[in-house]
Order: sequence, then structure tokens, then C-alpha cells
Amino acid sequence: MNEPLTVAMPKGRIFDEAVDLLREAGFPLPPEFDDSRKLIVDAPEADLRFILAKPMDVPTYVEHGVADLGVAGKDTMIEEERDVYEILDLNISECYMAVAALPGYQKSDINPKVASKYPNLATKYFKEQGEQVEIIKLNGSIELAPLVGLADRIVDIVSTGRTLRENGLVELETIVPITSRLIVNPVSYRMKDGRIDDLVERLSKVVEVEES
Amino acid sequence: MSTPFMFEKPAGMRDTLPAYYQTKNTVRERLERVIGSWGYLPIETPALEYYDTVGTASAILDRQLFKLLDQDGNTLVLRPDMTTPIARVAASSLKDQAFPLRLSYHSPLFRAQQKEGGRPAEFEQMGIELVGDGTASADGEVIALMAETLKSAGLAEFQIAIGHIGYVNALLLDVVGSEDRANVLRRYLYEKNYVGYKQHVKSLPLSSIDEKRLLNLLKLRGGRDKLTDAETLVNNGKAGQALEDLKQLWEVLDGYGVSDYIKLDLNLVMHMSYYTGVVFEGYGERLGFPLSSGGRYDELLEKFNRPAQATGFGIRLDLLVEALGQTEELPAQTCIVFSKERRCEAIAEAKRLRQQGERVVLQDLQGVESVDELSGAFVDVQYFIGKKQGGSKDE
Repeated sequence: MNEPLTVAMPKGRIFDEAVDLLREAGFPLPPEFDDSRKLIVDAPEADLRFILAKPMDVPTYVEHGVADLGVAGKDTMIEEERDVYEILDLNISECYMAVAALPGYQKSDINPKVASKYPNLATKYFKEQGEQVEIIKLNGSIELAPLVGLADRIVDIVSTGRTLRENGLVELETIVPITSRLIVNPVSYRMKDGRIDDLVERLSKVVEVEES
Repeated sequence: MSTPFMFEKPAGMRDTLPAYYQTKNTVRERLERVIGSWGYLPIETPALEYYDTVGTASAILDRQLFKLLDQDGNTLVLRPDMTTPIARVAASSLKDQAFPLRLSYHSPLFRAQQKEGGRPAEFEQMGIELVGDGTASADGEVIALMAETLKSAGLAEFQIAIGHIGYVNALLLDVVGSEDRANVLRRYLYEKNYVGYKQHVKSLPLSSIDEKRLLNLLKLRGGRDKLTDAETLVNNGKAGQALEDLKQLWEVLDGYGVSDYIKLDLNLVMHMSYYTGVVFEGYGERLGFPLSSGGRYDELLEKFNRPAQATGFGIRLDLLVEALGQTEELPAQTCIVFSKERRCEAIAEAKRLRQQGERVVLQDLQGVESVDELSGAFVDVQYFIGKKQGGSKDE
């Protein structure tokens, strides 16, 4: 029972924001984590260990139980469909999933194509719209696809809309709002229930105060 | 489609090599001993069943079924679980036997996997079904036996979460008023999406008291005292009955001395419609996936025209072995290497050792590819080589 609770998180902004929330919730975390290249960061005072992973991989670490908890965007949760508990909306890194295209875009009658980093999510969305499209999976720089004619539309995350504007794209539809969620492995949720419930309780107080 | 490599297996199919077999077998024997000592009789059912009967009655999702056609064009499924075949047997081959029936099985199950390569699509499950007994004693017996079985496997730490789908259904229906609306909320719980559940509850036009009741459902996990909290949310009709069931169940489990392993979790929704009462799931250390699960399914048997209350559990043997985390050493074996002049002598010696209970490999020297590798693979190697009739000598 002396093992720390393990939390998988994406590097960068989400990590910083989530760590701030944990500090507000009273977890004694150091003011700064030194080496940003580390993949595993220990915070023994708070009895926590952080695993720094690619955003899309966080639900995977949690599903397999190598991380008890995780901070994952709703986008990755929808895309990955992992068997984990989605316990708390942390209300950080707010953004939304949207369909975008070049200005003056007109629906093509012949094989319309959509590029996305989220093929499952995009497939599900267009299925619900009753629209027949071909989904093309890309791993990044999705904005490129309409510019070079790979696809006529894209499905991607929009936070400020700057990236779209800079690439001369316009937003057509909003699909779903996105925030980061606290997720929990189903086995850890039972085997370490006391500590996890405590963490969730403290975090939800912080999050709910900020909400109101 | 490209042709498979010669050595390739269909997705999710695995070979079991001796070391793993040995480990699995030891665990299986331990479980069988416990289950047998509680008077459950093992049965086997065919690997193939009709899609229209067992396939559709099963709790397993349609897209996870392996389907094939027989010569007459009937759709068959590879057995996706054992509960449904046992229900079929209870209603047919065993229909003249009076309830309750206590049956056990260990059997490979087949469930197609969509995600990622190598996830097992065939795995061994061991379990029991207690058919025709609707008492709290029956629920308690099944859960206590699962606890004893997990203990006997050598799991240092494990826990069993217990819920009651009757309570969840009654509370949801009481607040939202229609099955359709209750179903939306039930699905969020089934998908473990508590954030979505909370958001949906807040979007409903409910009084603040009712909203609170739905939100407080999520807090109903922990010790026995949560039953008192549960009573404050809803305590009429079916919900009251469910809580009464759980109280009695807890007493039964106290009687068996296993309540230390038990946690209450009234949010546990393991299937959208299959279970009808107490449900439970078992978790062990060191593995992120549940090891075992079970519950009461009082509506399955009537699909086979012999209505009966029933409960049971299944343990994933592959996951249990993984959670135990140890490979057993292969048993020590002796090797007798002989040349043909002394074959009879070697056979006699092997026979003598085998009668003493030793495992003996008898190997003609001429058939050996590498003597070094051979002698390295055994604890003890004896040579019966050459013309001389003297005694054997150890390596």
C-alpha cells in the first residue's frame, strides 16, 4: 500500500494546468518540476507519480492499469473508446471538435473526403449526419489536407481558431465541446478506492468552485 | 487479401507452450479442487451452437461473436460464454432434474476482438452456475465460492465489488419516470462515463432534490454503511427489495467469513439488460483488468422454456495467471541416453524409475542432434552406451 498513485498525463500545457489543480487541492507538489525531458516524474511528498505520455496514449496506460489515473482530453476518450472510468470534468484545456474547409467550399457530389487525426470520431459523426464520406487518417498538420487537395474538409480540434485562420480555413460545424477529464482504471478504482476517492473529492471541490 | 504466412494464426488465437501450460494447469487444478469440494459438477458443451438460440440469448455483443454457416445454411456461433449453453442444458438434457442445479465448467470461450493485434479472442474461463435458486443464500454462496476460489489460486490481495441492478433501475425510473429516459442514464453508467452522467442529469428538468438523488447514486460505493445512504435515495417497491436483498446477502457473506473482500458499488452496471439482481466483479493486484464477474440472471432460462432464477460467476483463467505473475518451473525430468546394444537395459531402468514416480525421457543416441543441448535440458542424464554391461554412470 506504500506505492504512490500513478497518474498518466500529456506533457506540456495540460500537465501544468492539471498540476496547478492538484496544488490547489492541497497536494504538496514542488513549485517546479526540473527536467522536462523526464518520462516519469515522482512527487513523493504528495505520494504521486506522473507518467508523461502522448495525449492520445493516456487512456491506454490507464486501461492497462500501469497508471491508476489519467488526464485525458474528451477527444481522445471518444476516439480511443478505452474501458476506463471517466470520473471528473477538470474543465481545463477547453476547446472543441469542428469541421473546417477552405472558404467557398461546396459539397462535392463525387466521393467527398475528410482528413482527420480522429478517424473513429469523424466516422461516427458523419454516420450520424447520414453523410457518405471517405475518412483519411493523418497524424498531424491536418490543415494541409484541403490546401493540397487531399481532402475537401477536415475534422480537428479548435481552441482559438488561429491555426485555421492562418491556413486560410473556415469553420463549418461544431461537433462536440472538449475538456480534459480525470479517468480511472477500473481495478485501481476498487483496489485503491480510499486514496482515489480522496483525490477525486479534493479535485472536484477545486473544479466546482472554479465552475461557479 | 494476402495469403497468411505458413506460421500465422487468425487474429487473437494463441498457442500455449509447455511452461505456460504447466502454470495454467496448476492454477486450474487448485480452482477445480475448491469448486468440486462445494459440490458443483463439471459439464462440457459443444464449441458450436446455433446463432438463433444460444447466440442471441447470450450476453455477449453480437459483433463479438464468431459466426459461421453449417452445410444447411444455418448460422452457428463459436461458444462466446458458458452461461447460455448451461441454461440450454438445464432446460433440455437436464430438464427432469429438480432445481437447484449446481454445475461447473472450465472451457475455452471465443470472442472476436476488434482492437489491436494479439488480444486473446479465445480464452479459458472457469466458473459455476447455480440454477433454480433465487435466495440470498444462493447469491452469497456464489460470491463466497468465487472469493474462496480466488484465494486458493494464490492471489495475495483481491476485492469483489457488489452491486444490484434492481436498485439502479428502480432509482432511475423513480426519478425520470420512463424506461427510455432511464435507459439513457443507465448507458452512461454502463460506459463508466460518470462525467456524461452528471452532465446529462444537470440538463434534465428535475427538482433540485431529484437531481441530488441521481448525483448521489455515484457516491454509493464503499462499505456496508452505504446501504443506509442508499435507503435515503429511494426505498420503495423494487428498490426497497433490492436493498433488502443486499442486507441479507451481506449477512450470508459474514457467515462465510468473506465480507472483508467485499465492497459495495451500487453504480456497477455490467450489461444493459442481461442481469436482473445482484451483480459482482472481482479484481486482483497487479492487473488492470477485472479477473472475474457474475451475477443474477433470472430471465435467461425462460428463453429456453424452463423459467428459473439463476446466478453464477466466471473467472478468466488467462487473466488470473497473469495477475499471479509467476511462471511455474517445468517438472524435473531424467534422461536416459542409450545405444542400441543396451536398449533393453535402458528400457528396464526407465521403467523402474517411472514406477518410482519419476519423469523419464528415453532417447536413442543416434537420434540426438546435439548431446550438449540434450544434457543441458535435464537435471539428470544417464548413459547406457557401448557394448559393456557395466552399471550406468551419471553425467
